[in-house]
Amino acid sequence: MKTLTAALVWLVCSSAVSADSLRLAVTTSFENSGLADVLLPAIKRELDLNVELLVVGTGQALRLGQAGDVDALLVHAPSAEAAFVASGHGASRREIMYNDFIVLGPKNDPGQISQSHSASQAFVALAKGSAPFVSRGDDSGTHKAERALWENSDLEIEEFGPWYLETGSGMGAALNTASAMGAYVLSDRASWLNFGNQDDLEIVFQGDAALFNQYSFIAVDPTRHDHVKFKLANNLEDWLVGESARELVDSYELNGARLFTHNAKF
Amino acid sequence: MDILPLTLSGTTARRKSKTLVGPIDLTITKGDFVMVMGPNGSGKTSLLRLMHGLERVRGGAAKFAVDDSLAQSKQSFVFQSPTLLRRTVRENVALPLKLRKQPDTNQVDIWLERIGLTAAADQPARSLSGGEKQKLALARAMITDPQLLFLDEPSASLDGQSTREIEAILTQVHANGTTVVMATHDMGQARRLGQTAVFIVQGEILEHGPMPDFLDHPKSARAGAFIAGDIVE
Amino acid sequence: MTEIWDGITQAFFLVVSFDPDLVSITGRSLRVTVTAVLIASLIALPFGAWLAVRRFRFRRWAIALLNALMGLPPVVVGLIVYLLLSRSGPFGVLDLLFTPTAMIIAQVVIITPLIASIAHQALRELWAEYHDLLISLNTTKWQRMQILLWDGRRALITAALAGFGRAIGEVGAIMIVGGNIDNVTRVLTTAIALETGRGDFALALGLGFVLIGLSITVNLIIHGLSRTEQEGRW
Repeated sequence: MKTLTAALVWLVCSSAVSADSLRLAVTTSFENSGLADVLLPAIKRELDLNVELLVVGTGQALRLGQAGDVDALLVHAPSAEAAFVASGHGASRREIMYNDFIVLGPKNDPGQISQSHSASQAFVALAKGSAPFVSRGDDSGTHKAERALWENSDLEIEEFGPWYLETGSGMGAALNTASAMGAYVLSDRASWLNFGNQDDLEIVFQGDAALFNQYSFIAVDPTRHDHVKFKLANNLEDWLVGESARELVDSYELNGARLFTHNAKF
Repeated sequence: MDILPLTLSGTTARRKSKTLVGPIDLTITKGDFVMVMGPNGSGKTSLLRLMHGLERVRGGAAKFAVDDSLAQSKQSFVFQSPTLLRRTVRENVALPLKLRKQPDTNQVDIWLERIGLTAAADQPARSLSGGEKQKLALARAMITDPQLLFLDEPSASLDGQSTREIEAILTQVHANGTTVVMATHDMGQARRLGQTAVFIVQGEILEHGPMPDFLDHPKSARAGAFIAGDIVE
Repeated sequence: MTEIWDGITQAFFLVVSFDPDLVSITGRSLRVTVTAVLIASLIALPFGAWLAVRRFRFRRWAIALLNALMGLPPVVVGLIVYLLLSRSGPFGVLDLLFTPTAMIIAQVVIITPLIASIAHQALRELWAEYHDLLISLNTTKWQRMQILLWDGRRALITAALAGFGRAIGEVGAIMIVGGNIDNVTRVLTTAIALETGRGDFALALGLGFVLIGLSITVNLIIHGLSRTEQEGRW
């Protein structure tokens, strides 16, 4: 019995971490970009800081921040971020970098989306429903951006027909679904380039400024949660807006394509 | 301290609303060898279980000479089909001692020897033959040296050899001072072992008296028919 | 179809190359689940025996509740455990969220009813067999439970293995309470979910085959051990 107890104690307790660590909630699109695999080792090297990534949707990331379960957020939903800071959950919001959204669809492009001259035109064409459209439907940053794009084209999601499919899933799952169904889908470029199951999908629309996808860093406000590692979060923020980060972000390429543009104001 | 006599007065056992046995008026005295006889379904098993405390007293009373918990610790029961734990022969015999945290002062070996299972001591009890299992159950019942031993047709499904061995042990146990109450419908066995006869039909005692009197001069027609081997209901 | 084949080759290469990530993830999976199974068994097996031995007024209700809890979706368990362990929850000060301990807690909640229910089924039959004997031998309730637990140990090992199977393959709850943090709380199932999300089906499948292999190995080892002990003659 004693050995069993000892074994249990060992099994439960041997999870201690030595170096400083910080919990950062990021979105699936950021994780899928692969940029984290470049940034985290550099952060470890230069700041001696282990960043533990919690990969969730933007909605869940904001909830984790509200509850004080993470120390900082790196998300891309400007209006929700502003509200988060305004209501006192976040100390401040700092723009770090952007990538862009792209519209993907079946190669034969049944809705002729590639003929559009603007994002707003493209979304009007999508709303004709000539092929299904897969929506994340998970209140993520990408989902929020998608809803904003429909709104920009004066379209009401509530009035959409059965071609509009809310999957309530992550970016990868939504891409898998779109690929399997021959459907259109809005994705961030990073997730798309890193996606292994491209099959029949291709980019049908890109390049409009309306598809701009801004990532911001928010440290969770320590006045509400005194246990959060505010100092470490500030160190990380300083590093993210600094020169090492700029070089790493701007030079990061996937399949020969540049993904992110560092636009932090120092 | 003697737990006997055991006195039943108007005692009844019921399950739901069905009367299993009773009302029974009977006294078990120290040193007796009581044979409970009767046709199948007459309530022999229920009567034994009632006396042992396995059936709750639903009417009348059942009283030992001492309080129930002491009485309970001085009696054992051997079931018609032996229940053996999934353990070795030795562990099964030693079980009651272990449960009472009593030391094994060689009794286990002595009993294994008496039932001829010394060589099989470390085998799984369930690999034994029917006769060996019943002897094992008897040894287990006797290991705590009870004052009162109940047996429910222990040799009902056994061959002659096993029956003879069990009867030999019972004779010895009785000679050493243990009071025995046993159900049987083997008239020969009743004659060989029994001192007192209890004959029950439909849950009630029809005759009660010395064994030779009962077997040779039954008072009732049904007892006579039963002894003669006729079907009695 | 080619993806399944790719998955098998991926699994093969991952295993023969002793991939360090795979080793640490697999080790973490085992550690979390084995701990959860041990803790859950310590609760569930005596409880199953107690349910078998005890006759009380709400016994039927307790068993029905147990069976209902078995069907509780892991995601719901995960969410409840998350809310309890969250910094703004009642046990927030313990700082257990997003640790292997939180994953163990969630798995214990998920598999305890399952192990208890299977244990109860098996021990109830054994109790029906032993009932008269153990009453006749004047046993205490505790002694009856001990005898049932010992004599029913083979069935109880099966119950614990069923719990192991459910826990090792579970993803919904541990994703929420563990957070799938690389090198901290990433286990086989959450890694599979991650790779599926990335569209890397071959790697996801490869990890899946590793998981199946692990599960089979654990089952074989446990059965092997229990057989050599008892020589299969009971």
